[in-house]
Amino acid sequence: MKAGETAGSADEIVVDDVRFGYPGAPRAVLDGLSLTVPAGERLAVLGPNGSGKTTFALHLNGLLTPERGTVAVGGLTLGPDTLDEVRRRVGLVFQDPDDQLFLHTVADDVAFGPANLGWDRTSRDAAVADALAAVGASDLAPRTSHHLSGGEKRRAALATVLSMAPRVLVLDEPTSGLDPRGRRELAELLDTRPETQVIVTHDLPFALAVCPRAVVLDEGRIVADAPTVDLLRDAERLGRHGLELPYGYAPPAATPGQAGG
Amino acid sequence: MSGGHLGNHAHLHVPGATPVHRLAPEAALVGLVAFAVAVALTPRTYVAAFAVDAAVLAGVIALARLSPALVLRRLVVIVPFLAVAAVLPFVGGGDQASVAGVEVSRDGLWAAWGIVAKAVLGATASIVFSATNRLPEVLTALTRLRVPPTLAAIVSSMLRSLDLVADQLRRMRTAMVARAHDPRWLWQARPIATSMGTVFVRSYERGERTHAAMVARGYSGTMPDLGDRGATAAEWVAALVPAAVAAAALVVHLTGTGG
Repeated sequence: MKAGETAGSADEIVVDDVRFGYPGAPRAVLDGLSLTVPAGERLAVLGPNGSGKTTFALHLNGLLTPERGTVAVGGLTLGPDTLDEVRRRVGLVFQDPDDQLFLHTVADDVAFGPANLGWDRTSRDAAVADALAAVGASDLAPRTSHHLSGGEKRRAALATVLSMAPRVLVLDEPTSGLDPRGRRELAELLDTRPETQVIVTHDLPFALAVCPRAVVLDEGRIVADAPTVDLLRDAERLGRHGLELPYGYAPPAATPGQAGG
Repeated sequence: MSGGHLGNHAHLHVPGATPVHRLAPEAALVGLVAFAVAVALTPRTYVAAFAVDAAVLAGVIALARLSPALVLRRLVVIVPFLAVAAVLPFVGGGDQASVAGVEVSRDGLWAAWGIVAKAVLGATASIVFSATNRLPEVLTALTRLRVPPTLAAIVSSMLRSLDLVADQLRRMRTAMVARAHDPRWLWQARPIATSMGTVFVRSYERGERTHAAMVARGYSGTMPDLGDRGATAAEWVAALVPAAVAAAALVVHLTGTGG
């Protein structure tokens, strides 16, 4: 246990009363947001476009600093001294894989994080091979990211953070730009990962497929926190917060036994 | 899915596992520059030295298993220089010589020969280099050759971004054409100028997001060395062989004519 960690905390992520507004913006994007995520849980953060989902995701990695309130990961409260360690613990996958894959080969992009952590070549190579294998993309290593398909880019982008051995994965709109098969494959892949996952999305069926628990973000705070299936069955409540199920999609009728865990 | 496609900048690279391909890029790069310098320094009248240079290059091409047809096709880029050279015999002064019944300048003819020989040799060497080295590895090699890492990083991410920007421009153009945009006159240039502005803003935003994605993975302002390995002494020696032969041919001629 490192200095700054609080003992006995089973919650991997603790966000306490966070407020944040972009400079010059008339009102805060996040305002009094509090949330805890137990270790190993997969949580969907739902909300329409512009509800502050991405801003929230950037806070979990310390890319944005709250004006008020605290963010803690694995008992380590985010601050100038803990920033590097938190970034190692939290793998943030951006909405557009083209923003994440900026080097020429996939292998280089996957090696970028470990290289920043100062790992030596042997452990770096092993991390790259493991991460690519984990997302089923070993064959992509020498390829140029520019010509990968949407699904391949998404998997490669995921590998760029898996190579850093994070404890938490934060994925911002992971299904944007994916075809149905790509979505299914991603859902199956995330299902196999042991990391705590925060999946920021407005893709409600995907949230249900991957995350037993979901919260709804609106007006800068959490307005609903429930088993995903229960949330999806409450169309009236979803509608109040700008969310809608896709046309023709019906959520399962009953709460499955494992939901809510 | 574009199986096996290697991307825009990779199109020059011809995959292979020959000794030329395996050579560390920084050694190959220095070897290329040294060879080009040796060729450039060779006086144009030393025809035999150019023959030796050409033979060395032919040997490297064979060793790299590159198809001569491919090398010739890529040589097309130097055609403009050859066109300039072709003019010289007709505009040069001094002694006149008769070639196939046409009076041409002897100096001009030599000048043209010099340009053609050096351009072809230099360009061919560059073609071999670009066909046997991947661009990303070359950029890493630049870092090892003491080019400031930030500079190499900027070039690297710029080349990557160029693909994205070009894509974006193409999509916007398609969208304009789809709405019956068919610019023929200067005053119709406005939508193009506007779209350039839009691409600039979008590229700037993308730059910010890419930077955020780098910082999220622990980037702190210095590009880590992702390179494979440094060149070994044997590789340096091997890479400099063509240049050494070219230099030797030059020296032999110098001493030959001097003595």
